[in-house]
Amino acid sequence: MLVNPSPAINTRRTLQIDGVGMVFPTRRGPFVALRDINLEVQRGEFVTLIGHSGCGKSTLLNLVAGLTTPSSGILLLQERELTGPGPDRGVVFQNHSLLPWLNCLDNVLLAVERVFGDQEGKAQLRERALAALELVGMSHAVAKRPHEISGGMKQRVGIARALAMEPKMLLMDEPFGALDALTRARLQDELMKIVATTGATVMMVTHDVDEAVLLSDRIVMMTNGPAATIGEVLRVELPRPRARVVLAENRDYVQYRKEVIDFLYTRHSHVEKAA
Amino acid sequence: MARAVLHDPRDAAKPADTPLARRVAIAVVSPPASPAAPPREPFDWRGLGARVLPPLVGLAALIAVWALATQKSTSFPTPLATFDAAVKLFADPFYSNGPNDQGIGWNILFSLQRVGLGFGLAALVGIPLGFVIGRFALFHRMLSPLISVLKPVSPLAWLPIGLLVFKSANPAAIWTIFICSIWPMVINTAVGVQKVPEDYLNVARVLKLSEWKIATRILLPSVMPYMLTGVRLSVGTAWLVIVAAEMLTGGVGIGFWVWDEWNNLNVAHIIIAIFVIGAVGLLLEWSLLAVARRFDYS
Repeated sequence: MLVNPSPAINTRRTLQIDGVGMVFPTRRGPFVALRDINLEVQRGEFVTLIGHSGCGKSTLLNLVAGLTTPSSGILLLQERELTGPGPDRGVVFQNHSLLPWLNCLDNVLLAVERVFGDQEGKAQLRERALAALELVGMSHAVAKRPHEISGGMKQRVGIARALAMEPKMLLMDEPFGALDALTRARLQDELMKIVATTGATVMMVTHDVDEAVLLSDRIVMMTNGPAATIGEVLRVELPRPRARVVLAENRDYVQYRKEVIDFLYTRHSHVEKAA
Repeated sequence: MARAVLHDPRDAAKPADTPLARRVAIAVVSPPASPAAPPREPFDWRGLGARVLPPLVGLAALIAVWALATQKSTSFPTPLATFDAAVKLFADPFYSNGPNDQGIGWNILFSLQRVGLGFGLAALVGIPLGFVIGRFALFHRMLSPLISVLKPVSPLAWLPIGLLVFKSANPAAIWTIFICSIWPMVINTAVGVQKVPEDYLNVARVLKLSEWKIATRILLPSVMPYMLTGVRLSVGTAWLVIVAAEMLTGGVGIGFWVWDEWNNLNVAHIIIAIFVIGAVGLLLEWSLLAVARRFDYS
């Protein structure tokens, strides 16, 4: 339960989830959403959470984001207990959640001001926001309002907003779930590039097997709810940079993909029917 | 969301692409520019005709019915007589022969001043109250039954209370406007605050924004369309109430003027007053719609 007892503190470990459970009170009594979640995420690692809908993968991400507090267990971010939301974790929401009355630059600035507003001047803050927008390829639309740009572009700005805070971790809740397949593929490729250049630590929720295998260092597969937990963790050891066209015929890629599908549809599909 | 609430009154006139309008529009339309090099879009005469003609036709129909009905009447003025009276009336709108005989311009301005005061005070109290009710469940539970009971009360029922408390006619009229126009602002602001999308509040939580930033960057812009709908409804109510209140309290004002002209049996002036009251109400509505459109982000 406590912090790593060994004197040599693991400096690579960014996130530690220790015996976490989540129980929601409902009218029909308590509902156990998650139980016995144990997971560590190392610095620079890309971890995806995959599972059927209702398996509590978003609940787990919200726990890491601090939007909800666990009923039991403990979460540590760089050996410090998480007690609530904070700008040290950049969250990318599924539906982008940009504020419609602010243009792209101001949306990113809102986050930048919050984190660096005390130490830096206006020009520097602006510089940071612009740099983040350039990183996601949105320099051309800094003055545009969210309703003037496409869904994919909104999600880029959402990613820029999260990255601009220089968070310890990037948390993404099905960030590309609402996009069409082609846009999704392009954003996945760009996310890989961004993660490669920034060395970001990422935890991402997805229900897309290909997305999980393509992006992840590790895939955390969750059993079905209620009382969901981590069923299996698959380490994906494909060399980076990864190119989707090449990987499509890669034997390892196909094997990883098969393992995830096997977990989701063979071993853990029956529970959902019962639920 | 705000689109559904903020009906543009001019939209109602749009679907009237009547055969008459079309025929006229075709007759007016300029010869089409050659498709090879159109320097710019030709002016949309047909659209303009479809928008402007039907209201004019409607107005003409009303005047025609009025003229027919008053052909043989001696007590009810004809459109022409009313028009003559209006020309005379508007020739000198700002004369002043003592408190009971002032130009129509003064009457309108005095009424607008009362509405402005009563409505302004209502906004000053109602909008913050709406924020509190929307944000805190305790206040919502505490106050919403009271509001439900007080909201449907006729403005005139409030007038005696005002007269009793303020012992004077003018503050009583302003009080009546205040109490009648406060409810739409309270209710709409409260609903707006309750409907701030959860996502935006999550953004605020994730970024750990200060209360001040949450209020100015998230709550206020998000509530604005609802609030402005409330403001628009309130101004409409205030303008409805002023006529009734002034009829009872007297003094200079368009409502009192109507009553005064009734006592003089000057029916033409009453009809003019009805048109003027309607026109001013419409202008108030339009100007607030224009403001509301600026704050619509959807």
